[in-house]
Amino acid sequence: MTAPDPRDSDPRDREALTGVAAGRRRRRERRGEQPMVPKAEFTSYYGRPVIKPPVWKPLDIAGYLFLGGLAGASSALAAGAGLTGRPTLARNAQVAAVGAIGLSVVALVHDLGRPARFVNMLRVAKPSSPMSVGSWLLSVYGPLAGGAAVSTVTGRLPRLGLLAGLGAAVTGPAVAGYTAVLFADTAVPAWHDGHRELPFLFVGSAAVAAGGLGLATAPLRETWPARFLACAGAVTELTASRLMNRRLGMVAEPYRTGRGGRLMRIAETLTVAGIATAVLGHRSRALSALAGTALLTASAATRFGVFEAGMDSARDPKYTSLPQRERLRAGEGSRAVTG
Amino acid sequence: MTDPAAVSGYEDPPPRMGFFTDTSVCIGCKACEVACKEWNAVPEDGLLLTGMSYDNTGSLNASTWRHVAFIEQRKPLALQDPGVMHPDVDVLEMAPLGSSTPPEQALMTPTAPGQEGDLRWLMASDVCKHCTHAACLDVCPTGSLFRTEFGTVVVQEDICNGCGYCIPACPYGVIDQRKGDGRAWKCTLCYDRIGDGLEPACAKACPTDSIQYGPLDELRERAAGRVERLHEAGVTDARLYGHDPADGVGGAGAFFLLLDDPEVYGLPPDPIVTTRDLPSMWRHAAAAAAGLLGAAVLACLTGRRR
Repeated sequence: MTAPDPRDSDPRDREALTGVAAGRRRRRERRGEQPMVPKAEFTSYYGRPVIKPPVWKPLDIAGYLFLGGLAGASSALAAGAGLTGRPTLARNAQVAAVGAIGLSVVALVHDLGRPARFVNMLRVAKPSSPMSVGSWLLSVYGPLAGGAAVSTVTGRLPRLGLLAGLGAAVTGPAVAGYTAVLFADTAVPAWHDGHRELPFLFVGSAAVAAGGLGLATAPLRETWPARFLACAGAVTELTASRLMNRRLGMVAEPYRTGRGGRLMRIAETLTVAGIATAVLGHRSRALSALAGTALLTASAATRFGVFEAGMDSARDPKYTSLPQRERLRAGEGSRAVTG
Repeated sequence: MTDPAAVSGYEDPPPRMGFFTDTSVCIGCKACEVACKEWNAVPEDGLLLTGMSYDNTGSLNASTWRHVAFIEQRKPLALQDPGVMHPDVDVLEMAPLGSSTPPEQALMTPTAPGQEGDLRWLMASDVCKHCTHAACLDVCPTGSLFRTEFGTVVVQEDICNGCGYCIPACPYGVIDQRKGDGRAWKCTLCYDRIGDGLEPACAKACPTDSIQYGPLDELRERAAGRVERLHEAGVTDARLYGHDPADGVGGAGAFFLLLDDPEVYGLPPDPIVTTRDLPSMWRHAAAAAAGLLGAAVLACLTGRRR
């Protein structure tokens, strides 16, 4: 075995210590063809991330995005269905909402580093913290959704139940929408940069989920609002996703590659298939149920996809550094460096 | 008002205190890392060899509040000649001569000059920036993170519930969750020392005064002078990072003199506090939520009933 002669190696090869993935890179064979086109100019500290990826657990937090969205949109659907004479759809959506929001709270508390201190979430009210806003929102919405469902199922206090249901219908969409701000208000490039489209993507996905649940559980003669909501949600979600991919440029890569990209593709396929089945099979109970299940799965896949894409964008320093470097080059920087 | 303590409601606060880390005189001794751990009783966070450089700490995290970055480059450091590059020397050829060769007969000696300007080491002690507009503080839902009278940002460990929101909010990747503890931890700028007029442990321990502690205004003045002197001495790479109140975080309370681009040290080149866009985010989310409510209403008002 002959050791590589250090004199043969280009000094620049060793300087690449400061380059991408340095330390993990295997030494290139000198004989091989050299790339003529240099890669996009980018340096990092041994390929290490610049920002810290979130420590949130995927099942807890992406799961909460899905469940919170399902609950919030279901409450809006339930109130409308109840007032327009679709009692089964209303009842099912109300029960689903209270179940989903209950599970959400369990997931959120479980994700805390100190679960016993969950009440500290209501220690202050801070508009600058989407998590604080969300905590207060949940503590208003949760009891309303619960009251509405209990009243409907037991038949007691119908007037109070109706009021609670209306309250849940108004606060529900806020629960479904604020989670986009929760994610966008971080330094995670794929989330922050998408802060204009993410809210629409999230409420669209929430509408798809609530519509899907309605389709899967309500009798055919009552499924119209669910089908309508799912269609509107799907159009919103897919449009927002397209716009975001276009506007974000290279930062949108994690939405197309890796685990995040895979989940987003599954979500899109299931959404389109689910909507097609829901529309074409609107006379069939079985097809509607199938469509509903596909749409629920699609919504969950969207949330896990967005979650994973954000994690990937946080782990790779290029998504943090390159856009910032470009900003400086274009003279639009905020004067972080001078000298 | 530019003093974050005054903005936070302190009446007549003391001058804003901070760090100026002059990396041009850092020798990579890591005394700052050790002093910080000792004073703040920060636990050990893995005794690992990274295999990438003399940096075996890796990065700032919950149990590392000072981190010395270590970069090896083939660039001249002004007129310095470290003399460690001997590409034309064949050690196998020299081996038979043995170790007792008189210096005048030796093919090379430990002090024989190498190629001119062949290598430089960059060392930099990184720390929490104590931003003027601190994202971690903005997004903390419990009020555990707070602004001190010195304009610094500190976690109250008896309140933090480990929600982890501050961690991805920080544009520098400073604050982190401590495994097994669950809470978020970071540099306090030795809040318990500076209140008594002592300097933070890292600055106290720094043997070359690479880490300087003091009123931020004074440090900024001193830093500007230092860059000027370095430029005059031919170190044209010298630049300040995080000193400008007009930058994306409103100026850092801990700023740096660097000898290369920030990303070489693992620092973001143009960080912007994420909450700057929060009003726009809320507007978009409100529009989206209203759209969802509208769609639900429309869905129920249309279609055949019963």
